[in-house]
Amino acid sequence: MELILLVFVFVMAVFLGFELIQKVPSQLHTPLMSGSNAISGITVVGALLAAGIVEGSLGKWLGFAALILATINVVGGYMVTDRMLGMFRKKGK
Amino acid sequence: MEYFINISYIVASALFIFGIKMLGSADTARRGNLTSSIGMLIAVIVTLLNRDVNDGNSLSFGLIAVGLLIGAGIGVFAAKKVQMTGMPELVALFNGFGGLASLLVGWAEFAKEGNFNNSEYPVFTAVAVVFAVLVGGITFTGSLIAYLKLSGKLGGAATVFPGQKVLNAAVFLTLLGFGVVFVVTGAAWALYLVIALSLLLGVLGVIPIGGGDMPVVISFLNSFSGIAASAAGFVILNNVLIVAGCLVGASGIILTVIMCKAMNRTLADVLFGGFGSSSSTSQEVEGEMKALTVEDAFYVLEAAQSVIFVPGYGMAVAQAQHAVKELAEILEDNGCEVRHAIHPVAGRMPGHMNVLLAEADVPYEQLCEMDDVNAIMETVDVAIVIGANDVVNPAAAEDESSPIYGMPIINVHQAKSVFALKRGQGAGFSGLVNTLFFREKTRMIYGDAKETITGLVSQFKD
Repeated sequence: MELILLVFVFVMAVFLGFELIQKVPSQLHTPLMSGSNAISGITVVGALLAAGIVEGSLGKWLGFAALILATINVVGGYMVTDRMLGMFRKKGK
Repeated sequence: MEYFINISYIVASALFIFGIKMLGSADTARRGNLTSSIGMLIAVIVTLLNRDVNDGNSLSFGLIAVGLLIGAGIGVFAAKKVQMTGMPELVALFNGFGGLASLLVGWAEFAKEGNFNNSEYPVFTAVAVVFAVLVGGITFTGSLIAYLKLSGKLGGAATVFPGQKVLNAAVFLTLLGFGVVFVVTGAAWALYLVIALSLLLGVLGVIPIGGGDMPVVISFLNSFSGIAASAAGFVILNNVLIVAGCLVGASGIILTVIMCKAMNRTLADVLFGGFGSSSSTSQEVEGEMKALTVEDAFYVLEAAQSVIFVPGYGMAVAQAQHAVKELAEILEDNGCEVRHAIHPVAGRMPGHMNVLLAEADVPYEQLCEMDDVNAIMETVDVAIVIGANDVVNPAAAEDESSPIYGMPIINVHQAKSVFALKRGQGAGFSGLVNTLFFREKTRMIYGDAKETITGLVSQFKD
């Protein structure tokens, strides 16, 4: 049953994703891309869970590597997006 | 505790949804980014409270902290240090890391269990692992190749060889075959082969795609990294991964489609087309390219009432955006109306030119989208094309045999005169001859774009 629920969630999220972004001004294409790129670093949660429950040493280190990579993706992605959007705002004044 | 964690994941998912929504509008974009980062923070902190994560056997909190610190350190360093002109490479690289992380999560889950017989849904989990590895692997090496192409470490041109499509299809089918073997038998070697072939497929998939198509490829890979995260979510049955990954996947596809439309091409055409390889570029062009000195250009600009800048990738390479801004200011003080016309696929990533001009503090009101600027093109005295090529090639509108026929362009050939800033006489990135450069109204100003514009600025100052 849990599986069906997750598939349901997946399908709903697909539609939601398509609906969320329809008309984006081209000025925002880059921030949108790098901002959503940072969100895809959510796999950091997967890395924590995988690293956390792993007993064999291979899995543990795979999880550790995933943790580092995903964290780079998340932290770098959010910061660089913020930096870009900061530049856009500056000229608004 | 379990309920608390799951409810927190729902909150995080909602914040991601709001965040993406807000990123789509100029006024709220920065807050949107902040909103989704708060969602991420919540998701990470709550995960650390999970009983499985903090029991004694596993990766200790110390190691987790070390991992987070290393990752955050590298991320912060790269985000602070990068030049705005290097943005496409950096986004590609981050993207690749995300894909690799998803691959590793899938792999780690298998390494932990050895098989999925204890899992509630053994077959489904194995399929999800194959999928996470496949998409994550393609995202990783594909982004890496894109990074190398964008940063110039690898030639930007399309690498095409005979039988390429057959080879790619064969690799893909072999990969699926091993995937099936893995799902059925649970053999580790089959998974390793799937990993290796996915990585190979990412390389093979991106090398035939030329630099001009990079905006499409980058947004497509971005979408892929989301799908990989979503697949990893199915491996560990985690809803926040599924939702967040899926949102990125879907919104990435939308952006990809926008990019394709701006080039009047289909996604399949970009991915499998091997652009330029088949085009007959031997068409005869009438007229000749007429060069103009910076000094003469200055006299024309001094008298101009209306000027449009059309930046392209060449402006990014020459880092000319600050000089452009300075020239635009001087022209405005001179009583001239200045606009910057930005083609949706100018540069190497979606919105590339907007980022550069924003860095140089160009006022937002001066940035025009293609359709708005085409409507008034005939009243423009001088259109200054800075390192743009295909996006101003009139062949797209007039020459039905051209490979880019039908692609919407900025109609600078309708302006009263055109200055084209270019490094040399060679054809553009796509290898296409640009008939604009041979027209009666067009004058070529050869040399580094930044030096040319700085030269114009100093002419005005004297």
